[in-house]
Amino acid sequence: MDKHVLLRDLDVPNIRELAVYEANDGYAAWRKALTTMKPEEVIAVVKDSGLRGRGGAGFPAGVKWSFIPKDIFPKYVVVNGDESEAGTFKDHQLLDNNPHQVIEGTALCAYAVQANTAYIYLRGEFLEPSRTLQKAIDEAYAAGLLGKNILGTGFNLDIHIHLGAGAYICGEETALLSSLEGYLGQPRLRPPFPAVQGLYAKPTVINNVETLANVPPIVLHGAQWYRQFGTEKSPGTKIFCVSGRVNKPGNYELPLGKYTIRELIDMAGGTIDNRPVKGVLPAGSSAPILPASALDTKLDYESMQAAGSLLGSASFVILDDTVDIVWAARKMVRFFKHESCGKCTPCREGTHWALALYDKIIEGRGTARDVEMLGEVANSMAGKCFCLLGEFATSPILSTLKHFRPEYERWVTRAQA
Amino acid sequence: MLREKRASDIEKTLAKYPSKRSAVMPLLYMAQEEYGYCDDNAIREVAEILELDPTEVKSIVGFYTMFYEEPTGRYVIDVCDDLPCALRGADEFVAHCERKLGIKVGETTPDGKFTLRTVMCIAACDRAPVAQLNTEYRYSLTPESFDRMIDELKEQDKL
Ligand SMILES: Cc1cc2nc3c(=O)[nH]c(=O)nc-3n(C[C@H](O)[C@H](O)[C@H](O)COP(=O)(O)O)c2cc1C
Ligand code: SF4
Ligand code: FES
Repeated sequence: MDKHVLLRDLDVPNIRELAVYEANDGYAAWRKALTTMKPEEVIAVVKDSGLRGRGGAGFPAGVKWSFIPKDIFPKYVVVNGDESEAGTFKDHQLLDNNPHQVIEGTALCAYAVQANTAYIYLRGEFLEPSRTLQKAIDEAYAAGLLGKNILGTGFNLDIHIHLGAGAYICGEETALLSSLEGYLGQPRLRPPFPAVQGLYAKPTVINNVETLANVPPIVLHGAQWYRQFGTEKSPGTKIFCVSGRVNKPGNYELPLGKYTIRELIDMAGGTIDNRPVKGVLPAGSSAPILPASALDTKLDYESMQAAGSLLGSASFVILDDTVDIVWAARKMVRFFKHESCGKCTPCREGTHWALALYDKIIEGRGTARDVEMLGEVANSMAGKCFCLLGEFATSPILSTLKHFRPEYERWVTRAQA
Repeated sequence: MLREKRASDIEKTLAKYPSKRSAVMPLLYMAQEEYGYCDDNAIREVAEILELDPTEVKSIVGFYTMFYEEPTGRYVIDVCDDLPCALRGADEFVAHCERKLGIKVGETTPDGKFTLRTVMCIAACDRAPVAQLNTEYRYSLTPESFDRMIDELKEQDKL
């Protein structure tokens, strides 16, 4: 990429400061929308851009906004900055280094759906980023870009930060709303969907931090401009978080669908000591692992799905041939056992038993029957959990059993010997 | 009492939300800043201010890993040992921390200074090994930089 659309801190030093941000097109979209566009027009351009949610599910943002009923007030915008999927650290960089773009995107969303209050929910560990963000919000208020009668247009908007306190499940949108309302951060039944009955039972848009950071350039330059990046079904640019066994882990912003996983690994400096790649987790712990044979898969929603996984939040964890797959799967299952909110039995018990089986295998006491049982436990969870976390938890088990079963067998034959 | 000590913070926080209950997490953070952890007394105070049932507030404290139900060391060190960090040596790094501090994960040094915990991904896997020292990020740690950090904190506390 010659120029970043999102990680603009890499091109413009100190863009986290209001003056620098404004000198580089900052808040130009906000001024344009407030003074020359109707709310419906903002929704229309975001719809036309094809921007898909960057929090994991990839749902089109403009379509989501258009679900908000016009005649019910108040409405809310909630920004999902819980960023807790293992391997994901893109929202962190945006909040630390380009906070005004997140604020401007939030404001544009609020104007589009006519909400006068927005909450930015950040994971509790983001206390430092929250201070940077709060400073940016304060600057925007002082400049008359937020608050009452913004730019003399009569539109009012308050943006508040709310800190979580360490619970992955609060990234799930209904759990996040419960947490923000002061209840236990456990998922709620959908429907009703947040667009109809969200925060305080009012119409609510929830979008990921990165999703909203895309909105100012879309509103400023138009849908066609945005669509010069990406593919028909996956327009725009996306931040790819690369971690694990590579030389230069970090965030790489790329047009969707242009490059392959192999090229992404090359951009991240290649693997440590040039070891062969064994597997890639394209969406942290939550989506199936892909074997090395899938390295030429293109980086977009539809290609990743065709290859048997998901793009999700695009947190690429790279495993090379020094990594023991059973050990890696155990780490991921431990994550889900730790993060299961305990509301439903299949997830709470399933993750508990799966971890116990992994521990047994890794302690050298595993049998072939235990490997079978892992598959059975995962299958007994699939489709039976209250929310997607339970589903996610089955993915490291089932996908590693599928692609790397001989590694499991080695562990148990070693144990028998 | 929290109500007196943090009166203006509480007022500002309550003004952010249409419902008092939403202030429960921010108030628990305040209580934790004041008392070090969320004991029954802190929970009762928060519950009273927000007109909630103390058992409900207690369940919220128990739900989240960042609210402490027990006293901790003066410095809580949360080292990430989730998969992406572990692929870059986090497990060995945690073992080093244990040796340096002379305690196991989950324990506090006898002088009450350091509590060592491991945590799940804290969204900084590109800078592993990574830890939080009382919620401050410490990136790209090495055994040497960890030792220096501990020694400096010990020095600083002597002054
Ligand atoms: C268990 C679980 C965890 C999630 N964690 C996050 C998260 O940390 N950040 C996020 O933006 N979305 C997360 N999501 C997705 C949200 O539920 C929701 O789809 C998203 O915030 C919508 O925003 P988007 O359309 O802009 O992606 C999670 C979903 C599940 C099921
Ligand atoms: S699937 Fe797991 S995380 Fe989701 S509601 Fe059930 S117990 Fe909670
Ligand atoms: S795995 Fe350690 S910060 Fe993400």
